[in-house]
Amino acid sequence: MEIRRIKTPLEENVIESLKSGEKVFLSGHIYTARDAAHKRFMETLREGKPLPFDIRGQIVYYCGPSPAPPGKIIGACGPTTSSRMDTYTPTLLSLGLKGMIGKGKRSKAVKEAIQTHKAIYFGATGGAGALLSKSVVSFETVAYEDLGPEAVVRLGVKDFPLFVINDIEGKDLYEAGTEQYKK
Amino acid sequence: MRELHVGEIISTLENLFIDANINLPGSVIRAFEESIDKEDSPVGREVFRELLRNAVTAKEERIPICQDTGLAVTFIEIGQDVHLYGGALEDAVNEGVRRAYKNGYLRKSCCDPFSRRNTNDNTPAILHTRIVPGNQVKITVLPKGGGSENYGEVRMLVPSQGKEGVQAFVLDMVMKGGPNPCPPIIVGIGIGGNFETSALLSKEALMVPLNIRNEDPAIADFELEILRSINRTGIGPQGYGGTVTALDVHIKIMPCHIASLPVAVNIQCHAHRIKEALI
Ligand code: SF4
Repeated sequence: MEIRRIKTPLEENVIESLKSGEKVFLSGHIYTARDAAHKRFMETLREGKPLPFDIRGQIVYYCGPSPAPPGKIIGACGPTTSSRMDTYTPTLLSLGLKGMIGKGKRSKAVKEAIQTHKAIYFGATGGAGALLSKSVVSFETVAYEDLGPEAVVRLGVKDFPLFVINDIEGKDLYEAGTEQYKK
Repeated sequence: MRELHVGEIISTLENLFIDANINLPGSVIRAFEESIDKEDSPVGREVFRELLRNAVTAKEERIPICQDTGLAVTFIEIGQDVHLYGGALEDAVNEGVRRAYKNGYLRKSCCDPFSRRNTNDNTPAILHTRIVPGNQVKITVLPKGGGSENYGEVRMLVPSQGKEGVQAFVLDMVMKGGPNPCPPIIVGIGIGGNFETSALLSKEALMVPLNIRNEDPAIADFELEILRSINRTGIGPQGYGGTVTALDVHIKIMPCHIASLPVAVNIQCHAHRIKEALI
């Protein structure tokens, strides 16, 4: 399978060229955030305060890694189910978030916001946490250290393997793929 | 009577949980390899290649297969001629789990249902014990992630729904899960007994090695029929579309009440972590 290499921050013309179903290797930086961190993002915004990092042009990764064994940068770090973050995602996209990495289907509202704000949703292979850890080159806690595995961490990644799920044309790999192979 | 110190249970459990989380069974790896030939979708085949690379990386780097290292599901068969001494069995099991999750750098995923406060050591274990003939103790561990466990259900079907009802129920759960339980999945089906035994049977069905069929030929055929119907859904590896949605389907069945048809479906992800030891 042909694999394209892309890097962060995602440029608009790159986002526009990404097609649902394609495999990419991502390099640059991504930010982990899952349920508890998203909840705090919303509280922060409600209080009129800035988010703990500038999310414009960035990618969030729905991930709560296992602890790093001695000598390793990170433990297993595969994706968690994205749909639990659906209620928060359109707000973050409207603030300039450009990409999400997770697993599983997104809500209609998220898919619409992806198109409106020209963003992209990638799938990382669920349960491939050991493999994905090999593509992580740096680990820096950015916020909410008290949340343990749910803290916001800035990960440096090199050739992080992903599939494009929802693109700006409104295509959805989950729907199209299932439809194509249904018998 | 054989005397067995519970310390042996503790150390065996510690080793088993670490081993299970890092080393996928050979049968699962073979199933991935075979699936590359069976899978029609190029994206699906690429997913299987990633899963194979993941298994190798986990083993070489001693990093868990998946970051969700699960709740500590533990089955213990205790020979009736064994006398356990040195402490309570349940405490020993929890101590083994505690040590494995700490010393093995496994993620602690156990919390209070409402406050969501983490118990911080992945205890309590989910412990099932059975007294069997003999003087040995057999321990099987099955660390089970939340993503796949969330698509399990018990339904009390009406007897007239029969096999068709069972198949429709299984497909309903598979469709509901879609990509979320990390397909390719393995499906455990418990049929009969009563409400709670059907659930336990479905979990035990997951412990049957891949490609081993039920000894009753009619039930074995039914397993394969359900497997084929799941693989016709098109969900495919990771839900990206494809022809291998499930690796296998196992049924455990026992007699039930004349008024009931209890059925439980328990879904397992491709990260099918299971290890056993005989003491
Ligand atoms: S469903 Fe299984 S493979 Fe997927 S994230 Fe959960 S434990 Fe890991």
